[in-house]
Amino acid sequence: MRVLAAVLRKELRLELRTFESVPGMVLFGLTIFVVFHFGLERASVEGDLAAGILVVTLLFAGMLGLNRLYVADEEQGGFDGFLLAPVDRTWLFVAKATALFAYLVALEIVMVPAFALLLLEPGLGQALPELVLVLALTNAGFAIIAALVGAIAVRTRARDLLGPLIALPLLVPVVIAAAGLLEPLLREGGAGGLDAKWLAILGLYDLVFGLLSVAVFDPLLED
Amino acid sequence: MTTAIELAGLGRAYGERAALDGVSLSLPAGSTLVVFGPNGAGKSTLLRILATLLRPTTGTVRVLDGELPREAWKVRGRIGLLGHDPLLYRELSARENLRYHARLHAVDPARVDELLDAVGLGARADDPISTYSRGMVQRAAAARAVLHDPELLLLDEPRANLDPAAAAALEPLLTGTPERPRTRVVTSHDPAGGLAEADVALGLRAGRPVLLAPAAGVTVDQIGALYR
Repeated sequence: MRVLAAVLRKELRLELRTFESVPGMVLFGLTIFVVFHFGLERASVEGDLAAGILVVTLLFAGMLGLNRLYVADEEQGGFDGFLLAPVDRTWLFVAKATALFAYLVALEIVMVPAFALLLLEPGLGQALPELVLVLALTNAGFAIIAALVGAIAVRTRARDLLGPLIALPLLVPVVIAAAGLLEPLLREGGAGGLDAKWLAILGLYDLVFGLLSVAVFDPLLED
Repeated sequence: MTTAIELAGLGRAYGERAALDGVSLSLPAGSTLVVFGPNGAGKSTLLRILATLLRPTTGTVRVLDGELPREAWKVRGRIGLLGHDPLLYRELSARENLRYHARLHAVDPARVDELLDAVGLGARADDPISTYSRGMVQRAAAARAVLHDPELLLLDEPRANLDPAAAAALEPLLTGTPERPRTRVVTSHDPAGGLAEADVALGLRAGRPVLLAPAAGVTVDQIGALYR
């Protein structure tokens, strides 16, 4: 836990100092909403369309976070500094995934109200607790996959392309499950209840990918 | 006297190109090996292998009684590396960087302040690294390298960018104490200065060892010949 706290504190401090990830993610996400707003030629959306727009927008905005996640470590020797320490390397993965989870929460604090304001027909009030649960599980899946894929991509020349190219296919089950869960919540009337099947799929996917990432992360850092 | 480093037929290739080939040596604990050679001779590669950051392609490597890379986990934390890259985050201050490394190495945070004063950065310790001169960055990097009081110190041209006063201030940190001298592997392009601090001299050319002898028996001209 000492190592997790050290790396996480360093990550958050760097983000607060540079604002390299979260502001970019928010601006990009808001821009996508505006594009949808005009592109769809509809004043408002609901149900499956609303769920799809929200999840895809969060996914694309999150990609900016993925691309920046390890850049300081790669460019400023952070990897070597960490690898020289007598610590379990898995903590680096856990800290990165946790930091990205925090960035996604910050993103959603702005994006979800903006979505409700710009595009959503029904209000979110009744469905808020369920929405928070779905977004938390979606964030966890995204953060786990991004922390793993980011570590692979950052060591390549085409990292900005390679990260999304590897991550997006792996995130398809998360997108499908999240959209399936959000659809009844974003319908007129809201709070239609969560589908247990999609909830189980999303939770299980997060768990399996989390365990898989822990297993492969250490060898991944070897030269 | 115990052996700190034992290399037998060490080689490392990057694809088809051999960066190191057939390096064998034995270095007693507490002694200093100075590695000479022109750019691209394999000096930095040797340091990175000893630091457990690179895997050897051929041969065997024993460092502080651990066989690399199999037992790298055993010796990490007993090795310090001061390379060309300072391994410091530019947007963080020297104090923040060192505290981060202190937490990773489970070192008392009080040592951070002690070291910052020792390298003459006490007054600028809270400024971001990005605002430092190259010499100041090198001093902060030296403090990071010795933060956990390593038994083996790997130094890649450690006096680069340092003025004579700063180099003198770092000397006791890099050499250790008379009771507990550090084992050191130092790369150098300075034949006279390098030989003066060496117990053993290694000359590399295109990754191959072309000179390996006790430093007392090596002349400045022999080192100079490596570069011609």
